[in-house]
Amino acid sequence: MAYKTHTGSLDAYDKGVIELDDDLRKYAFSNIFEVAGQSQPFERVAVVQNLEYVAEVVRSEGESPWFAAPHDEFAIVMDGEVTFHFVKLEDDQVPGHEGGAIRLGAKPNGPNMGRVKARRGHQVLLPKGAAYQIVSDKPSVAILQTVDGPETVKKWSEICVLKGETA
Amino acid sequence: MSVLEAKVQKLGTDEATGYSSYQLGSFTFRRDEYFAHVTWPKGSHIIEVDRFLRAMVRDIGWGFFYGWIFFDDIFGTTNHYGTVDIFAGSYDEGCKKTGIDFLETFTAEAVSEAFETISKDWISEGYDPLNAPLETGTPIGPKGKERTDPLLRAFIAAERMLGLEGDTPTRSEEAGQKINRAFADLEMDEPEIECEEGFEGQLHAINLFDHIARSDVTWNPSISAVTRANICCVTSEEHMLPVIHGNDRNEWFIQLTDEIHWNIADKNTGNPRGRIVMKAGDVCAMPADIRHQGFAPKRSMLMVLENGTPDLEKRYASGELKPYPVDFG
Repeated sequence: MAYKTHTGSLDAYDKGVIELDDDLRKYAFSNIFEVAGQSQPFERVAVVQNLEYVAEVVRSEGESPWFAAPHDEFAIVMDGEVTFHFVKLEDDQVPGHEGGAIRLGAKPNGPNMGRVKARRGHQVLLPKGAAYQIVSDKPSVAILQTVDGPETVKKWSEICVLKGETA
Repeated sequence: MSVLEAKVQKLGTDEATGYSSYQLGSFTFRRDEYFAHVTWPKGSHIIEVDRFLRAMVRDIGWGFFYGWIFFDDIFGTTNHYGTVDIFAGSYDEGCKKTGIDFLETFTAEAVSEAFETISKDWISEGYDPLNAPLETGTPIGPKGKERTDPLLRAFIAAERMLGLEGDTPTRSEEAGQKINRAFADLEMDEPEIECEEGFEGQLHAINLFDHIARSDVTWNPSISAVTRANICCVTSEEHMLPVIHGNDRNEWFIQLTDEIHWNIADKNTGNPRGRIVMKAGDVCAMPADIRHQGFAPKRSMLMVLENGTPDLEKRYASGELKPYPVDFG
């Protein structure tokens, strides 16, 4: 038997259903492609919050600002093609805030480390000690595994299904 | 909470079926051709044997996972991270009302040894409870030839990220791990990594979908990346989750491909709350006050995000933390 694997994209996705005799806010049901489609490019919108930890959704379109975090982060590309450029930070350039990504004012002046070009299903290390820029020729979608930080955008009421209806 | 010092004891072997029965503390475990039978001083319970074995090997492989693992509505385990409760009816309104509910606490090692012993005795060649039903034989009938391959596969755990030098490798063709039939239509390619001189090995990326597609087990997560205590697990899901999971903390699901149907119930009573159908790209929290069971009509890829902060279960249990994750303001 031949199987057909269903994936989603910015242009084509089916959203599921949440039918519960409960407060739906407790489940924070959303869809990453819908969130990305409604967000500004490189707006880091939280779709998962586990106390201080988050997963953010990003619509990559053009060139992002440069970001850095005081810990490892990870990106999973879910639609399109995304190139991550990396610059090595000196020890005194590594962000010292508690957690999450911060936006740098400009490309840092350290050495270029290289780049990673990733497509759907690829997971990319965004290592501590490096700044990164996200670049896409066409609108693409990535999930960022990180810590709740200054760049994390929270708009739960806008992105989540709040009424018991077919999503 | 007193912890029993008990260890698993063999009670005897049924001459007709060839299976042995066992005792741990006040619980006894026996199987026949179709069913597992669990007894305790105040009652007994019967579970279809495929369901029982699928639940049991996962419970061991997961290290009893987070919180409650219900083999069905009546029987299961609760992880206290060092000790484990075995319960019968403790979270079922009917059993509670009739007073037949029962619970004993053991060391995790004792429960693990008992479940391994039972599983090895009750599983014969040709049946692998970690495989999807379409990919393995049946456990029904009398005892057959003993299995010689590894019965249990604990979940794969990356320390930092899968595939990094010195860390856990990704699954691969070279290791004999084939792409599952249900993902044969996916085009797989590798991320392109270009390192500048002097930074070799410092940039890293993997094809995560390829790793998931090569899993030969279902409902058995592997840790792919860790940010502090923010743990990203991935898993391939087909048929039904053979346990009902009641978490001791909030967890999150991101549906990467295809769809899973989740039945949601109250964690303490089992009373149904409804259902959630997650499709590719959907994100949903599983609050800490529910139990959930998934059904995947076609093998699908699921990401699970867990907060592995030590002692988090105590902060939820005490009420310090709310049983749901997001403050809508």
